[in-house]
Amino acid sequence: MTTTSDGIGAQEALALTLDGVSFSYGEAAFRFDAGFAAGRITAIMGPSGSGKSTLLSLIAGFETPDAGKVLIGGIDVGDAAPSARPVSMVFQENNLFAHLSVEGNVGLGRTPSLRLTSADRHAVAEALARVGLAGKEQRLPRELSGGERQRVALARVLLRDRPVLLLDEPFASLGPALRDDMLDLVAGIHAERHMTVLFVTHHPQDARRIGQEIVFVDEGRVAATGSAADFFDRSGPDAFRRYIGDRGGSVAGSQHIARKPT
Amino acid sequence: MRTRQSNDSRTTAGIVALVAVALLIGGAFAGLVLEGARDPSGALAAFDGYLLRVARFTLWQALLSTLLSVAPALLVARALSRHPGFPGRRLILQLFTVPLALPAIVAALGVLALYGHAGYFAHVLGKLGGGEWSGIYGLSGILIAHVFFNLPLATRLFLEALGTVPADQWRLASQLGIGARPAFRLIEWPALRSALPGVAGLVFMLCITSFTIVLTLGGGPAATTLEVAIYHSLRFDFDPARAVVLTLLQIGLTFVVVTALTRLGANTVGDANLPVAPRRYLSAGKVEAVLNAGLIVLALLFVAGPMVAIVLAGREADLGRLAGEDAVRRATLTSAGLAFLSALLAVALSLSLIAARRALALRRRAGSAMSLLEHATDTGAGFVLVVPPIVVGAGWFLALRNVTDVFAVAPVMVVAVNAVMAMPFAIRAVRPAYDAASERHERLCLALGISGWNRLRLVDWPSLRRPLATGFAFAMALSLGDLGVIALFGSDSVQTLPYLLLARMGSYRTADAAGLALLLGLVCLILVVAADWMGREAKA
Repeated sequence: MTTTSDGIGAQEALALTLDGVSFSYGEAAFRFDAGFAAGRITAIMGPSGSGKSTLLSLIAGFETPDAGKVLIGGIDVGDAAPSARPVSMVFQENNLFAHLSVEGNVGLGRTPSLRLTSADRHAVAEALARVGLAGKEQRLPRELSGGERQRVALARVLLRDRPVLLLDEPFASLGPALRDDMLDLVAGIHAERHMTVLFVTHHPQDARRIGQEIVFVDEGRVAATGSAADFFDRSGPDAFRRYIGDRGGSVAGSQHIARKPT
Repeated sequence: MRTRQSNDSRTTAGIVALVAVALLIGGAFAGLVLEGARDPSGALAAFDGYLLRVARFTLWQALLSTLLSVAPALLVARALSRHPGFPGRRLILQLFTVPLALPAIVAALGVLALYGHAGYFAHVLGKLGGGEWSGIYGLSGILIAHVFFNLPLATRLFLEALGTVPADQWRLASQLGIGARPAFRLIEWPALRSALPGVAGLVFMLCITSFTIVLTLGGGPAATTLEVAIYHSLRFDFDPARAVVLTLLQIGLTFVVVTALTRLGANTVGDANLPVAPRRYLSAGKVEAVLNAGLIVLALLFVAGPMVAIVLAGREADLGRLAGEDAVRRATLTSAGLAFLSALLAVALSLSLIAARRALALRRRAGSAMSLLEHATDTGAGFVLVVPPIVVGAGWFLALRNVTDVFAVAPVMVVAVNAVMAMPFAIRAVRPAYDAASERHERLCLALGISGWNRLRLVDWPSLRRPLATGFAFAMALSLGDLGVIALFGSDSVQTLPYLLLARMGSYRTADAAGLALLLGLVCLILVVAADWMGREAKA
């Protein structure tokens, strides 16, 4: 067991299994069968509306499957409330309560009553320092940049210290350089805590940067799974290659520039 | 499961609120039906010429009031929209929101102080008429007061409709050199016409259920509406059979009107938004500018007149002596206490319905139909507008008079009925904020396990504090100025300020009445301004 800077021992990573999970939402129908290896970072990719976010919602417990089982560490969590599952989640937005300070927002990861002891406050400060926000405890979310707000959410993930981390496009609205920084932060946290990370992204370069495994979701089903290296190889699944398009040559790029009006 | 539990507690709260409202209204209906069944021949006999006259007058005054409010409002709104730079435009529009805040009895007093036979204009009006001015009791008084309330409301609603015309249309019109008349026909009239049925319907509805104005300005049996007749049949003639028939007729009438209104897509709550002046690209000609200015000034004088009269007449009153009077002090305390409780109840009921509606909507899968319960929490609150307070009061009055001392339950009735009547307004103030906050926080609360008391303390209260205060202040102002239920249930032992005001008017202590009206009007105005201010801060 490794010991991290704020003195919390990282829990043992848990494997995640979706066993015949079916779910319908209006017209759309989903059916997921997938396994996620313990302690790995899996990028979940696929077209809009293919069910990536629904997949995470089913694992987190925001949606209840019509049939099938969600197993975390071999235990069926179907009856557990979202907060009782061994899962932390970071959304694309609205991760913070606008009227609570940074400290309050992170402190909620320790106790939902927000009655913090001095030890709790110390832990909050350490988590904030880890994500690069040392000394910003008393700021309000509106005084932070978009990237900083997501760092606060990651600090709360550190404090909650759950073995599974779900990221639903949390960095989609950030610029490329900032997104890389945030991904590296996630990779760093993963290296310390060894949690099972699932992250939804539209950007192949994100998956390339930190993804170890890739799950390709298409039309409400898991269409392909494999290691990131295999996926981005020429031998990757056809559907996936069609989805990311031909990114091999620089021809397309130069054509695009040539067409720009001068 | 915690998810389900937190949803369930909200749904339960909504069901409790619905049952409370249903009990209040159902109890009134039960009282009416039982009374009618006790004496069916008496009820049948009550269908006489008098009843028909009253029904006809109710419709007639509402029709005239609507016409006199809406037609000028069209012109005033157009004039105001044509001149975004009119001096004091903002102030005028703000002044036009004041009648909404004024209790009807205060406005009635202002109208009397101005046009009454001892009013400020009596001398001038007498000379014009050739002889002594006889006052404005009767249809003319009712119409003036109704127009005072509804002309500004209609003007603001029409101005809002004109504000929906896209700026590009104006740019285009000015580029094409379209003059004032074709611009009206092509651009303004279509916007106004689409708002017309809703606005006219709302004004008609308000006038058909107007009680206080008719009671104080009607001045006799010749100018009596159904609601006032209900009051007379219970408080003076004590003729329960007639009261039952009158009440049923009133319910039928309002039901027909509201049904027609919802068909027309009217907004039965009436918006208090202050329209902003968009940039206009069309300049009015000289003649038109003068005409418009004259129109605006006339409307301004008409609306401001009674307000000024309230202040002037109120200052003539011996406010010091009034404040020291025992009856006034007791009435003030009673009013404040009842209005506070009523507003608290209104906000609690509204919040329960809002939370239940949201919880039900969250639980429902997208694409599936709303359950009956969700419908009830969604539109059920609007239904109480169909049942005027006097009707609810009359039903309970009839039901309770055999069981207990009717006048002893006055506080309970006033609090309950006023709370339910204020509910649609409170819901309007709170629901958008609640739904928006829930949209942002629902999943986060689930993920972090924030529920129950923690959720209320840490999440809901901070984001809903202001809209709740808005709803509370608005409900309190409504309840404070109401002279509906208390007119039926009031007695020497339980008096509110409006009730005391009515009594002073009845015993011709006009100066006292004017002083009380000033006090009451100011308090209500402050509450509504505060509500509006908090609502705007909440949006920012």
